Amino acid sequence: MSIKYTNDHEWISIDGDTATVGVTAYALEQLGDLVFVEVPEAGRAVAKGDEAAVVESVKAASEVYAPVSGEVVEGNAAIADDPAAVSGDPSGAGWFFKIKLSDMSELDGLMDEDAYKAFVDGLD
Amino acid sequence: MSDQNEQDLLTTPLDSLHRELGAKMVPFAGYAMPVQYPAGILKEHLHTRTGASLFDVSHMGQAFLMGVGSDLGAIEAFETLVPGDYQAMAEGKTRYTVLLNDQGGIMDDLMATRIAGGLYLVVNAACKDQDFAHIEAGTKGKADLQILTDRALLALQGPKAGDVLAKLAPETAEMKFMNFREVQIGTISCFVTRSGYTGEDGFEISVPSDQAEAFARLLLDQPDVEPAGLGSRDSLRLEAGLCLYGHDITTDTTPVEGDIKWVVNKRRREEGGFPGADVILNQLENGTERLRVGILPEGRAPAREGTEIQDMDGNTIGAVTSGGFGPSVGGPIAMGYVKTAFAAEDTTVNLIVRGKPLAAKVVKMPFTSKSYKT
Repeated sequence: MSIKYTNDHEWISIDGDTATVGVTAYALEQLGDLVFVEVPEAGRAVAKGDEAAVVESVKAASEVYAPVSGEVVEGNAAIADDPAAVSGDPSGAGWFFKIKLSDMSELDGLMDEDAYKAFVDGLD
Repeated sequence: MSDQNEQDLLTTPLDSLHRELGAKMVPFAGYAMPVQYPAGILKEHLHTRTGASLFDVSHMGQAFLMGVGSDLGAIEAFETLVPGDYQAMAEGKTRYTVLLNDQGGIMDDLMATRIAGGLYLVVNAACKDQDFAHIEAGTKGKADLQILTDRALLALQGPKAGDVLAKLAPETAEMKFMNFREVQIGTISCFVTRSGYTGEDGFEISVPSDQAEAFARLLLDQPDVEPAGLGSRDSLRLEAGLCLYGHDITTDTTPVEGDIKWVVNKRRREEGGFPGADVILNQLENGTERLRVGILPEGRAPAREGTEIQDMDGNTIGAVTSGGFGPSVGGPIAMGYVKTAFAAEDTTVNLIVRGKPLAAKVVKMPFTSKSYKT
């Protein structure tokens, strides 16, 4: 299993042809307390860059984009019920959705952990 | 403003204290302001409803409008710009009012207090330069506008605010909502108004800029007092149903449309003599085509400013002007303008959020009960 990152602050954990997608701790800290989360339904086809999920803090709404193309296998109903749970475990129980990849080569352009760390350091 | 370079921003006298407290600073109305502290907006909001929170609102404009020759000169001249009855008010009383344009549109909302010799004004940060120019021009010869650039403004808000301030200045205990008093706390000369923008009891306290940090530290040293930023100030005022200028009321809305028609006091209603009086008095008599209302979404998705409001047949009937999450309500809340036919309480409407209609209903505001000391 390998983990990749996007410059929209999503993490993608890859297991075979299935990717689990979440939002990084850095992004969550920028957003502040989450008060609403909407995740995609299973079966929805998404193209890389599509709006796939929504996160809202007290102040503002943000989109979570599909980092890869494919079919949504599952949205995390638990975080839709309890948005605050995302912040507790952003890289674990706070995952947003799972996608069955349609084009494995889309993973090539994503950052590994070191590259993402350097990217975030450059933002502050 | 968001693309403004940080180095171009003005700072308040509490800037270094905010940074020391770990505030997240954002540009607001040309100033670097704390949007939140490490506790976060939710906790700061909830603390304000149970304890006491300290807000820096030094970006707001403060001024004296002093009568030339007579006190009444300033009052009469000011009344030509606003629909409030200031002649009837005693010294030490504060009243919320609006500056009006000739169409009856709202140029800004402000607090004006009767003091010896004239008025003490507090206006919104984003409007202060144009407000002061407008007031100066409109009162020329009758009043002298003295802009107080050397004073900071702090808001102490929450159910414990009264006890906290009474410990430092016992005479504030007898102050009621919308009362003003000059108070000495140690060496600090304070203008204290029992008012605020959170729906809670509390005070807005003007202090000399060079003593603002010491005063803020004194307040923060009191048990029950925590710092709070502009983020929670916004969610608190939205729950309280209070208007945010430039969003819920603008030059395109009148006080009648904005559902703050009570700012047109009885004598002024009878006599007129304020800008746009013909429009506003006609609206008071015959109603308006649209009204500002409270809106409670049924689901959990917040409806933000600009969200389209539709009737159940899919016709556009208005738009949200402020919307978000109410931490004390525990769900989304909003306010906006709808056609008057849809303004009755419990009317069901749809909010178009991300292309989908979300059920909502028109409700009475505030969303949380106010706890002013009356």
